[in-house]
Amino acid sequence: MSEKILEFVEKLKAENPAWITDLKDARSEITAFVPREAIVDVCWVLKTKHDFDMLADLCGADRGPEEDPRFEVNYHLFSTKHFSRLRLKVLLSEDEPNVPTVVTVWKTANWHERETYDMFGVIFDGHPDLKRILLPSDFDGHALRKDYPLRGYEPYSLT
Amino acid sequence: MSVAVENIPSQFEVLDQPLESQMTLSMGPQHPSTHGVLRLELQLDGEMVVKTVADIGYLHTGMEKLFEYKKYQQGIVITDRMDYLNPLGNNLAYVMAAEKLLDLEIPERAQVIRVMFCELQRIASHMVWLGTHALDIGAMSVFFYCFRQREKILNLIEAASGGRMTPSYFRIGGLMMDLPAGFDRRVKQFLEDFPAAMEMFETLVTGNTLWQSRTKGIGVITAEEAIDWGLTGPCLRGSNVDLDLRRDNPYSGYETYDFEVPVEPDGDVWARFRVRMRELYESYKIVRQAVERLKPGPIKADAPKVVLPDRDDMRKHMDSLIHHFLIVAEGFSIPEGEVYHAIEGSKGELGVYMKADGTPKPSRVHFRGPSFINLSALPVMSEGEMVADVVAIIGSLDIVLGEIDR
Repeated sequence: MSEKILEFVEKLKAENPAWITDLKDARSEITAFVPREAIVDVCWVLKTKHDFDMLADLCGADRGPEEDPRFEVNYHLFSTKHFSRLRLKVLLSEDEPNVPTVVTVWKTANWHERETYDMFGVIFDGHPDLKRILLPSDFDGHALRKDYPLRGYEPYSLT
Repeated sequence: MSVAVENIPSQFEVLDQPLESQMTLSMGPQHPSTHGVLRLELQLDGEMVVKTVADIGYLHTGMEKLFEYKKYQQGIVITDRMDYLNPLGNNLAYVMAAEKLLDLEIPERAQVIRVMFCELQRIASHMVWLGTHALDIGAMSVFFYCFRQREKILNLIEAASGGRMTPSYFRIGGLMMDLPAGFDRRVKQFLEDFPAAMEMFETLVTGNTLWQSRTKGIGVITAEEAIDWGLTGPCLRGSNVDLDLRRDNPYSGYETYDFEVPVEPDGDVWARFRVRMRELYESYKIVRQAVERLKPGPIKADAPKVVLPDRDDMRKHMDSLIHHFLIVAEGFSIPEGEVYHAIEGSKGELGVYMKADGTPKPSRVHFRGPSFINLSALPVMSEGEMVADVVAIIGSLDIVLGEIDR
């Protein structure tokens, strides 16, 4: 299964070199590194032309404050037709954690992106309703960043 | 029905207009039919829902943050508390992600026991769903009959693992311990009684005219929309999409079991109800096959640096004792890498994204909770329906707030 996807992504890369900067094949999972300018186009083409019709998951990750690029946004695509998976990865620096939203491609991205914004402070440009989802709206900081202490900056009170 | 609360800020720009027909109703977070601490803000025109906004996060406990501070084997305990109706499914998703990173080979007996328990857990989870769903719509006695069946399964889980709701029975590389003596007999006893219970549920609920009129044609979502909104599991199969990860992305040896994937065409509350009812029979079939396959054999992978040794080995072998000490005191490291592993949980695709950085603690663990995604599609299903039907739709989504808020 993964060989076929790898072949397909390599072909996509050859056709549009600006879309995919790097490819990784590890533990039978394919990861394609996509620059943030191209992410909406790549998602749209994968969804409409190549049957990756479901966004199974979208999650952020923090590599640590000393790293650059610091943040990752992972898009886990799934096809309900040929049942294969593909991971797209966008790398973002701390100074400019902006990435265009994919809500225009999949509606399910809405809550995923809100959660990623809530936990990492990644800003999804063009998102219709980008606000905190799990944490309270007056929460200070982004909880899943590596430099956020486990117990918070100060005891949080709901009153 | 709860009343609009003055001091909670409204999510809508248009506030209540007492002289107009529109009003905003705050439903929850203590409302019993929201299955936990879900708060909905409904904009109503008379009794018709114009707009729905779900307000979640009341149960947020920072589990994904906690994973990063715990060793891999300690993380299993956290997963129990996510979807607390399907703890063994969560265990399986988590340990399989770690096993994929470690490239571990799991022995046959452990795989069979895992499948057996996952399906028993699915039955238990669906029993809670059926009971509460019926309770929401107004049928009370179903709840008690369902919980009686669930109790039998919880007793089985307790016999094997010691915990009823929080078993942590699956471990990275295998199982916590082997089944107690005579366990297959107890499972067979349960299997013998279960069809009669199912028959009773079908008479109590399925054939009930009131039930049908409350569920048919309510909360419709089409196949395209369902995929677009990322619905999975019974909610997706209720919209005529034939997708089941147990069959399409098989794991843990599911490809060797004989079962069918129920699909219903209508996409309404009734269709989702029928899918789950038919799934119960399929789970029953899988458990029956798994019990027959239980053959003596090892239950832990051959990986002494990862899997805790048996107590007996520790008394006889020096190296077992050393490995035990190292695993407990330091934990085991997983080489750098990332995986996304998805299983078919009782509520849909339960995915785990795990990122390892070569230390004994994960760098990032993300749970793709199916309830979280299924709930996000609630506005599509509920807008244009009556207030009372919102309760039926929430019931048909089978949400667990522990998994949504994590």
